[in-house]
Amino acid sequence: MAQTRKKSAARKKPAPRAKRASPARPTGKAMVLVATRKGAWLFHSDKKRKTWRADGPHFLGHIVNHMVLDPRDGRTLLAAAKTGHLGPTVFRSTNLGRTWKEAAKPPAFAKSTNGDKGRAVDHTFWLAPTHANEPNVWYAGTSPQGLFRSGDGGISWEPFSMINEDPQYRTWMGSVQDGTPDGPKLHSIIVDPRDPAHLYFSMSGGGTHETLDRGRTWVPLVQGMEVVEGFDAANIAFHDPHCVRLCPSDPDRLYQQNHCGIYRLDRPSKTWTRIGKAMPKSVGDIGFPMVVHPRDANTVWVFPMDGTTVWPRTSPGGKPAAYVTRNGGKRWQRLDTGLPKDQAWWTVKRQAMTADTQDPVGLYFGTTSGELWMSRDEGQRWTCLARHLPEIYAVEAAAV
Amino acid sequence: MKVLIPSPLLSYTLQLEVEANGATLNELLADLERQYPGLRFRIIDEQGTMRPHMRFFVNGEQVFDTRHTLRPTDAVQLVQALSGG
Repeated sequence: MAQTRKKSAARKKPAPRAKRASPARPTGKAMVLVATRKGAWLFHSDKKRKTWRADGPHFLGHIVNHMVLDPRDGRTLLAAAKTGHLGPTVFRSTNLGRTWKEAAKPPAFAKSTNGDKGRAVDHTFWLAPTHANEPNVWYAGTSPQGLFRSGDGGISWEPFSMINEDPQYRTWMGSVQDGTPDGPKLHSIIVDPRDPAHLYFSMSGGGTHETLDRGRTWVPLVQGMEVVEGFDAANIAFHDPHCVRLCPSDPDRLYQQNHCGIYRLDRPSKTWTRIGKAMPKSVGDIGFPMVVHPRDANTVWVFPMDGTTVWPRTSPGGKPAAYVTRNGGKRWQRLDTGLPKDQAWWTVKRQAMTADTQDPVGLYFGTTSGELWMSRDEGQRWTCLARHLPEIYAVEAAAV
Repeated sequence: MKVLIPSPLLSYTLQLEVEANGATLNELLADLERQYPGLRFRIIDEQGTMRPHMRFFVNGEQVFDTRHTLRPTDAVQLVQALSGG
């Protein structure tokens, strides 16, 4: 399916190879990509990030889990979409969303050959462009948990590495009953900016994993992580990373927001350190997003939520706030100026908070109640950019 | 034979009724995919199973097996199930 319908109906297989376009020259303006439960929006700003123009909805009625701009060419967008009734697909635009075409071969598991039912992708959840030296290569994570790769800019996708069918990994992945309410998700696909053969991914049910050989072999990376009380941390299946980020300014440092706290990992160490213990006890260190500073590996932001009792997944006490550390997690500072003071029962999903690369850094987050917020000063003051959007699933920022 | 298309798939076919051929429902879906690339995967998953909220009718009778045989005079309806809210 495409937004330009006549072109879509006329499209024939095999799919054309993606052209390697020369990178678009950045204008200094920001673009924020918002994926929601009912469609997607692009918000364009001036150079000062003060005035914003909404472009959308794109794919009205589609459940869009992620929309990402390819930083290698500055103009290609991928959007992972499905509807309540139709199966999952990926849409692709090469002109910043003016027109879209559907992937010729969206992520799909291999057809079962051993007589069992086999798995079917319910939705593509995470999209990740890879190394600057690998133009047109993307990775995708799905629910049920699977890892996929495209070598042609998102037009066609294939299962990547052995994990989708590996018996050990399948045990760690568990079933739909082991995951989040709308299905366990493979997420946080990270490519080492120094080495495209060095990758990480995480599973909402099944921990964080690392390969040094471009996916031929993987090893779990969960040492030091806690699991829900009463369970055995040695069992990889019990590990629940919510969001893992690598610091662009120090690719040997990773941060993780986990079901059981906030952690930091400094490679080559394989042991995570819980840095969320320094958060206020009344707030705790449970949440979903994790945002790293583009130039300072000691600075990260989180957005805590209520993970007590039945897991309300709301702002603690109905008082939303981001928290920042400027020293790698030794101390945390509350950032709530401009946000509602009370009776605000929304929260922020794992892909719905991000940073741009400007100075000072702009922060952006989308809420489960459909509000888009930003800060031009690294979280010191928040401004609402949009209200009344559908539930926001993902927010990405890009320079265009 | 005539195939009625539900509105969520109009972006592929651009019309509510199309012509397609096949001796089975599987073959009919393959013909639809040939004419309208991408359509089949939205309603049939990679294991060949009908997606949970799609329904298939032949001459007004619901069918559950994509191996169901078809005659050239049959009328096929693809229906978005009235689920959700």
